[in-house]
Amino acid sequence: MEAGTVSSERTISVTVNGTTYEREVQARKLLIHFLRDDLDLTGSHIGCDTGNCGACSVIVDGTLVKSCMMLAVQADGATIETVEGLADGDELTKLQQAFSANHALQCGYCTPGMLMSATALLRANPSPSDEEIKRALQGNICRCTGYWNIFEAVKAAAE
Amino acid sequence: MLLREVGYARPGSLAEALELLRADDGARALAGGQTLINVMKARAGSPDALIDLNGLEELKGIELGSDGTLELGAMTTYTEIIESSEARARPILGEVCAQIADVQVRNRGTIGGNVCTSDPTNHLPPLLAALGATFVIQGADGERAVPADEFFLGVYLTAVGLGELLTKIRIPAGRGDGFAAVTLGVDGTCIVSAAASANGDLRVALGCVDAVPVVVTPASGDEDVVRAAVRERSFEPPSDVHASAEYRRHLAEVLAARAAKQAFERRS
Repeated sequence: MEAGTVSSERTISVTVNGTTYEREVQARKLLIHFLRDDLDLTGSHIGCDTGNCGACSVIVDGTLVKSCMMLAVQADGATIETVEGLADGDELTKLQQAFSANHALQCGYCTPGMLMSATALLRANPSPSDEEIKRALQGNICRCTGYWNIFEAVKAAAE
Repeated sequence: MLLREVGYARPGSLAEALELLRADDGARALAGGQTLINVMKARAGSPDALIDLNGLEELKGIELGSDGTLELGAMTTYTEIIESSEARARPILGEVCAQIADVQVRNRGTIGGNVCTSDPTNHLPPLLAALGATFVIQGADGERAVPADEFFLGVYLTAVGLGELLTKIRIPAGRGDGFAAVTLGVDGTCIVSAAASANGDLRVALGCVDAVPVVVTPASGDEDVVRAAVRERSFEPPSDVHASAEYRRHLAEVLAARAAKQAFERRS
């Protein structure tokens, strides 16, 4: 199938957390569904499915995106990072440890997205200001914590 | 949400993209997808095919001309505009892009997608109308340049026709600009917005008071003069859950005055 021809299905190759997968996907499949249903990587969550909540946030070719607003076919050839790729075995990242130490989650539903947004922030800006942390997490909604402990966790990981 | 079945193509050139769009009236251009994919989930739109413009380098990038004119490719993302040193020639552009939604949306959403959506609650249509931007549209018969006053035709409707693409946006030089909006939460969509440009004669463009941005040209930046110029237009904005028509009329006056004040303060 040539890239420039219209088709409702195509074979894509993506590298997720270091593993390369080749799969045939329908053009209508959202990236979040591809990750969860086709690759069984269920760490990334579907919250609102309208691009508001950020629970599906993943990093595609170094850029933080909401995977419910991108088609799987658009990720052909891309390198994707999801929450499953953060820890090294049982060794949590500094950010993940800070989430635990600061009680930055209750139900945990938003946590994968929060972690990916904060990871993207700290990579680009290792010492963010309070304002920069808040703005970086603006695209992620949490219904439990009131955000404060999440903010504290990111701040702790940054220091 | 599972989308309706749809075709997909990722053309390698602008010419190929235009050919694919012309070949099927049901085909639509896919830019950043931060609106279109949600529209498709809601079944408010169901294109037969998506022609993905991501990857077309011809539609990306920001150039600053020797006369200070900025030329932005339609597929330039908000984040690219915010981070561009060239775009700082017209500082308001990056400032307003930084107020759109959130990091994730700004990373994928594009200036071309924002204006081609022509959603009255979007930030960029009134801004680009106030700045006097020119929109370059490519079709079968070549290229044409459309001024902002003729680009926005209605809600979700622009001068870009079937089988055509917006390729570039040109913005003339100037620094005396302002923007003010009341939004749904910080950086949310606009309930009413106002953009002003005071490089030469004052132009104030109002968003969310009509189907398309409305430009008013008050005789001066004086608050009473600006408010009177807005009031004289007797807008009939919609009433909805966020604001009554009466409140929107009030906001239009207040925000126009704020945007004009900022524009004059920054005029060098």
